[in-house]
Amino acid sequence: MPQSQRIALVVMVALIAIGPFLFFPVFLMKVLCFALYASAFNLLLGYVGLLSFGHAAYFGMGSYLSAHAAKVWGFTPELAIATGGLTGMALGAVFGFLAIRRQGIYFAMITLALAQMVYFFCVQAPFTGGEDGIQAVPRGHLFGVLDLRSDFTLYWVVAAIFLACFLFLYRIVHSPFGQVLKAIRDNEPRATSLGYRTDSYKLIAFVLSTTISGIAGGTKAIVFQIATLTDVNWPMSGEAVLMTLVGGIGTMFGPALGATVIVTMQNELAEFGAWVMVIQGAIFVACVLAFRRGMIGELQAKLRKPL
Amino acid sequence: MTELWYDLEPFLQQGTLGLVNGAFYALLSLGLAVIFGMLNVINFAHGAQFMLGAVVAWMLLSYAGIGYWGALILSPLLVGLLGVAIERTMISRLYKLDHLYGLLLTFGLALIIEGVVRNQYGVSGLPYGVPDAFRMPPVDLGYMLMPAYRFWIVVVSIMVCLGTWYAIEKTKIGSYLRAAVERPQLVQAFGVNVPLMMTATYGAGVALAAFAGVLAAPIYSVHPAMGANFIIIVFAVVVIGGMGSIMGSVVAGYMLGVVEGFVRVWWPEASATVVFVIMAIVLLLRPAGLFGRK
Amino acid sequence: MAFNRRTLLAGAAAGAALPLVTPLRHARAQAANTIRIGVMNDQSGLYRDLTGPGSTQCVRLAVQESGITTRGVNVEVAEADHQNRPDVGSTVVRQWLDRDNFDVIVDVPTSSVALAVNTLCRERNKVFLCSGAATSDLTGPACSPNTIHWTYDTWMLARGTGGAMVAAGGRTWFFITADYAFGHALERDVSNFVRNAGGQILGSVRTPFPGTTDFSSFLLQAQQSRAQVIGLANAGGDTINSIKQAAEFGITRRGTRLAGLLVFISDVHALGLPTAQGLVFTETFYWDLNDRTRAFTQRVGRMPNDIRPSMIQAGCYSAVLHYLKAVEAMGVAAAKASGAATIERMKAMPTSDDCFGEGTIRPDGRKIHPAYLFQVKTPQESRAPWDYYKLLGTIPANEAFRPITEGNCPLVRT
Repeated sequence: MPQSQRIALVVMVALIAIGPFLFFPVFLMKVLCFALYASAFNLLLGYVGLLSFGHAAYFGMGSYLSAHAAKVWGFTPELAIATGGLTGMALGAVFGFLAIRRQGIYFAMITLALAQMVYFFCVQAPFTGGEDGIQAVPRGHLFGVLDLRSDFTLYWVVAAIFLACFLFLYRIVHSPFGQVLKAIRDNEPRATSLGYRTDSYKLIAFVLSTTISGIAGGTKAIVFQIATLTDVNWPMSGEAVLMTLVGGIGTMFGPALGATVIVTMQNELAEFGAWVMVIQGAIFVACVLAFRRGMIGELQAKLRKPL
Repeated sequence: MTELWYDLEPFLQQGTLGLVNGAFYALLSLGLAVIFGMLNVINFAHGAQFMLGAVVAWMLLSYAGIGYWGALILSPLLVGLLGVAIERTMISRLYKLDHLYGLLLTFGLALIIEGVVRNQYGVSGLPYGVPDAFRMPPVDLGYMLMPAYRFWIVVVSIMVCLGTWYAIEKTKIGSYLRAAVERPQLVQAFGVNVPLMMTATYGAGVALAAFAGVLAAPIYSVHPAMGANFIIIVFAVVVIGGMGSIMGSVVAGYMLGVVEGFVRVWWPEASATVVFVIMAIVLLLRPAGLFGRK
Repeated sequence: MAFNRRTLLAGAAAGAALPLVTPLRHARAQAANTIRIGVMNDQSGLYRDLTGPGSTQCVRLAVQESGITTRGVNVEVAEADHQNRPDVGSTVVRQWLDRDNFDVIVDVPTSSVALAVNTLCRERNKVFLCSGAATSDLTGPACSPNTIHWTYDTWMLARGTGGAMVAAGGRTWFFITADYAFGHALERDVSNFVRNAGGQILGSVRTPFPGTTDFSSFLLQAQQSRAQVIGLANAGGDTINSIKQAAEFGITRRGTRLAGLLVFISDVHALGLPTAQGLVFTETFYWDLNDRTRAFTQRVGRMPNDIRPSMIQAGCYSAVLHYLKAVEAMGVAAAKASGAATIERMKAMPTSDDCFGEGTIRPDGRKIHPAYLFQVKTPQESRAPWDYYKLLGTIPANEAFRPITEGNCPLVRT
C-alpha cells in the first residue's frame, strides 16, 4: 500500500474510532452502510468502467432478506447479514449475466430496467410487507452472545463489517485480477486480444459488487430494524452514483467520503424539507461540469498520489 | 362466429387502448433516439421535460389564458428553447468525454426540474381538461366506445413520428444530420455548422418530449413525477427497439403499447412487468435490439 | 512535504466533519419546563399538500390557542421532512428522542414510517400522535400505550364509503384495485361492508402497482360489469388518474358512480370540479362543514400554496391541543417523565375542539369522532373557491371506527 493510502486509511480508521464519541451513533452507522454501498458500486464504475443504474435492487433485496432472516427465521445478526450478501450475490449473478452483454449506456439502462422489475416484485411479494415494509426487526445477539440493542455496541460491529469489506475491496482492486479489470476498463478489445475472457472478469466483478451491496443493505436493515421499499426503488440506485461521483470515481476512499457528505446533507436538510431533491440535482450537475474527479479525485490529482 | 367475436372483443378493445399508450412510448423513445443518434447522449431528463411540457401547458392556460391548441405549439417551443439553453451551456461541454457523463448530467437536471416543479406547484397534480373540440360523445367502434381525444392522440403521434422519420431519412437537412453523426469533421469541412445542428437536434428532441407532455395533459394526471413513471419504461422500449434506429424505436413503442394492452386482458397484474420481460428476452436473443445494427 | 500532505488530509477530514458538529450545539440547551414537539411528515413528496408545512402551521396554532405558553411553559415546535423514507424518518426521530429530548412526535404520514416511529416512541416511553398515516394496524396488532391514532384509518374509510354508499343507493360494486397489500386490504374491507349492507360485488380487476398510468382498460372492464359503483381501491396518483380517465370516457355521465377509498381534499382540488364531480368518499373533517370548522379555517389563516386545511392537518391541531391540555392537567414534569402516563391522561379526558367537535379516546389508542360521506359538487353547485363537498350522510362516532374487540390490540385483551 503506498504511503498516501496508508495515511488516508489511518485517518479513516481514526475518524471511525472517535466518531461515536462526538456524533450520534445511528447516524454514523447509516453513513458507514452507505459508504460500503458506494464503495461496492465504485468497484464496477471506477475499476471496470461499468455504470450500473440498478444497484438498489441488490442493496434493497439484501436488506429485505436480512430483515426476514432475523425476524422470521430467527437468525443471529451476523448470519442475517450474510443472508443479505448471498441474496446480492445470487441476484447479481443472474442480472449480471444478462447485463454484461452490452456496454456503456446500454448497460446502464438494462440494469435500471432489471432493478425496476425487482422493485415491482417487492411491492407485491407478501414477505416484504408491501408499503409497510418489514418492521421491528430484532437486532439480536452477535454470535448468540453479544447483545446489540445498544447503539454504541452495534456501532463497533458495523464499523468492523465496513472495514473488513473495505479492505477486501482494496485487495481485489490491487490484485492481478484487479489489474485485468482496469485493463478492460481502459481498453476492452485489447484485453480480449491479450487472451482474457473479459466477460467472465466483468461478471465476477459484477457479482462481487452486488454481494457487498447486499451486505451493506443487510447491515442497514439490522441497524434501523426495518426494511422497506425505499431501499429497492431507483432513486437509491441514483444515490450510489451520486455518492461515488462526489467522492471521486475510481478512487479507494472517494465513495466513502461522498457517502458521508450526501448522508450528512440529507440529514441536515431534513429540517428544511422540500429542496433536498433540487440540491442533489445541482450537485450532480456541478460535479459533472466542473468537478468530474470528485473530492478525493481532486486531492489525488493535487498530491499526485493514489488515494 | 359470434363466439369467436366474443373472445376477440376484449383483445380488440385493449389493443386499441394500448395503441394510445404506445403513441406516448413512441413519441418519447423517438425523441430519445434522435438525441442519442446525434449527440450520443442518453437524455435522462426526457421524462422531466415531458412533464414540463404538460406543466407549461397548464401554466399557459392559467396565467395567460392560452388554451390547448396554443399550448400544443407554444409549450414545445418554450421547453425546446430551454433544451437549447441546456445544450449550449452544459451538454456541449461533454461531447469529448465518456457518454456516461451525459447520462449523469441529465439525471441531475431531471432532479432539478422535478424538484422545482414540486416546490412551486406541490405534488397533488394540476387540473387540465380535455379540449372543447373533443367534448363530444365517444366514437362507437363497434366493439367499444372510444373518446374522440384518444383518436386524436394516435393520429397526431403517427403523423409526428412519420414526419420526423421523413425529415431525417429523406430530406437534405436530414442527410446532413446523418452524415454529421458518421463524420462530424468532414461535414464541418464542407461548411455545415455542426455544433448548431447538434443544438437544434437537442432542442427538437426536447420539444418532442414536451409535445407528448401536452398531449398527455388532458388524460393523465399532471404532476411532477408523471415523467419519471414513464421514462424507465421508455428506456426499456428503446433497448428493445435498438438505439441506432429511429424507425425501430417508433415501431417498438407502438408494439409494446399494444402488447401491454393484450396482457391486461388475460393477466392484468403482469402488464407493467411485461415490457421488462420482453427486454430481457430480446437481450438474450438479439443483444443489439430488434432493429439495431452491429 | 509529508507534513503538508498530512495537513491537507486532516483539513479534508475536518471539512467533511464540519457539518456534523453544528447540530451538537443546539442539543445542549434543555429546560425542565420546555415541551418539545416534533412534526414529521412529507414536505417534498406525494403527501406534501395533505400534511407538510400545513400540519406544522396547525400545530403552531394549537400551541398558541392552548395558552400554555402564557402560563410559564415553553413549547418548541420543530419540523422535519422524512422524504417518505423510513431510514431518514427513523434517524431523525431517534435523534429527536435520544439526543434532543423531544417529548412528542406528531403527524407522520406513510405507514412504513409511522409504524417505525410507533415502535421507537414506545421503546423510549414518549408520545406519538399519529394523524397522517392510514394503517389501522396502529390500533390493531401494532397498538401501543404511547400512541394515539387521531384522524382516520383504512377501516373507517372502508366503513364510511362501503356501508354508507349502499344505503345511498349504490348496491352493485366493481373494484379497481392496486395490486399490493394495501389495495387488497381496502378491497376486502369494503367488500365486507357492502355485502353486510345488502349490496353485491360484481367483480374486480387488479392493476399493477406502481407503473400504471393508463386506467382506461380497467375502467372499461368495470363499465362492462354494469355495476352501479366503481370502487377505487388505490391511492394518490393512481386514484387521480382513474378519476380523470373515468371522466374522459364519460363513465360517470351514464349514472355509474365512482367511490374513492383514499381521497383527500387536495386530490379534489388537483382534479378540478369538472373532472371530480360526483365522486363519493369519506372524511372526518371538511373546512366548510359547520360554523366551528369555518372558524378554525379562518384562524389558521393563509396556508402554503393557498390550500384549505385537510383532515390530517386539522387532526394535528386537534391532537396537539388535547395533548397540551393533558400536560397542563398533570404538570410538565410528570408529562415529560412518562409518555404512557400522558397518553393515559389524554384518554381519561374527553376531547373538544372546533375541527372534530366532542370526542373520546379509546384504550387501544383510537380517537373517536364522527365521519362524513361527501360527494363532490358539480361546477354549477360550487359557489366559491374550495367550495367542493356536499354532505351525503353522517356516520355517528360510535359506528365510524372499528369496534375495539375486533382489532386484536394486545392492550385490550387484558
